[in-house]
Amino acid sequence: MGLDFSIIPEYADLLLEGTLWTIALTVLAVFFSLAGGVIFAVAQLSRHAFVRWPFAGVAWLFMGTPLLLQLFLIYFGLVQIGLDLNAFTAGVIALSLHFAVYNSDIIKSAILAVDKGQHEASRSLGLGRLQAMRKIIVPQAIANVTPALGNMMIALLKESSLVSVIGVMELTLSAQRAISDSFRPFEFYIAAAVIYYVLNLGLEMAVRNAERRSARYR
Amino acid sequence: MDFELIGRIWIFFAEAALVTVQISVLSILLGLTLGFVAAMGSLSINPFFRWPSRAYVSVFRGTPALIQLFLLYFGGPQVGIHLEPLEAGIIGLGVNIGAYMCESIRGAVISVEKGQTEAGRCLGLGHVQVMLRITLPQAARMMVRPLGVNSIALIKGTAIVSTISVLELSYTAHRYISSTYKPFEMFILASVFYIAIITVFSYGVRKIDARVALEN
Repeated sequence: MGLDFSIIPEYADLLLEGTLWTIALTVLAVFFSLAGGVIFAVAQLSRHAFVRWPFAGVAWLFMGTPLLLQLFLIYFGLVQIGLDLNAFTAGVIALSLHFAVYNSDIIKSAILAVDKGQHEASRSLGLGRLQAMRKIIVPQAIANVTPALGNMMIALLKESSLVSVIGVMELTLSAQRAISDSFRPFEFYIAAAVIYYVLNLGLEMAVRNAERRSARYR
Repeated sequence: MDFELIGRIWIFFAEAALVTVQISVLSILLGLTLGFVAAMGSLSINPFFRWPSRAYVSVFRGTPALIQLFLLYFGGPQVGIHLEPLEAGIIGLGVNIGAYMCESIRGAVISVEKGQTEAGRCLGLGHVQVMLRITLPQAARMMVRPLGVNSIALIKGTAIVSTISVLELSYTAHRYISSTYKPFEMFILASVFYIAIITVFSYGVRKIDARVALEN
């Protein structure tokens, strides 16, 4: 069976839909993983051991295990405890949690790198610890690590392909649907790869742009 | 936690962990080889070496590893490449991580002070000789850690070969989740092995790094 790329346009709608779901998945997971990253970072730097330990424990476990395994845990585990989530929600939760842990590692060291005087100054201006964190320390820390966080988000887009395994109809799974209909894996995986490549380029440009803008806050 | 169940099946996870180790080691070796060749290519002054290397890095870092694996395993037969799942897994992962390793090696090489190359050239060494005798030995000290980071990412990345039914750790975990409905126990059991593999590996990387890194 030779290659025949002219078949791809027949399935353009399917691939387009998959692409839109991949974008939705990525945007949501980027947002939640950054917010979660800040929460995990601040919690792990807390003075209270009962706050620090649970977050540090989850971070340690999630840093040492594959995303795919975490996806199984969240998708099947939440059903187990009676939360029957759809695959898309489970996918967003798993991706967000996985990358929140990696982001928190970056943000944590950035918070520690912010000059101590900043903290002391905001405390003497009468801000509480959390307020000082939120308004003074974290914004400076994030600005310093925008490139590293940006690289994580670029990785997130590619890793989002894994949620096809639990049945989220994103780009990878829609390519698979097209394949089971047309029996042409080579053509459709190439098509999916091209779309991912273009999305990746777009995201990379957005990240570099964000880097330039965040440099102002340094 | 169902410890009775864990006690009964942990041995299957241990066997699967050996497969994970095997895949990891072989694809790291393949990745290092490809990464080295591509790094030399992308640093070459000859565009016939430079452009293919850059294209390789850009394509394999710009697309998901899962798609690359599926293309090789399911799409391969259409272009005459027939591979067993295990072979496809090792080759797919190795080619993917090679692109990332290329960047680590290239980064270490270009961080060697420029004066070293110039001095080598002044002494009458050719480009290749300068690379082999002057630049690479110094760069080698600096690439241990980034290559270690790449390799640890790869060890976790081996989970994706479960999707082409290679009997490794994640496949085993998935199978037992489906048959026992105990996702939490299976996750913990597989995690123990993943974390053990990664801990041993990063200990090794730190040892090598401590030995070759310059004292400061």
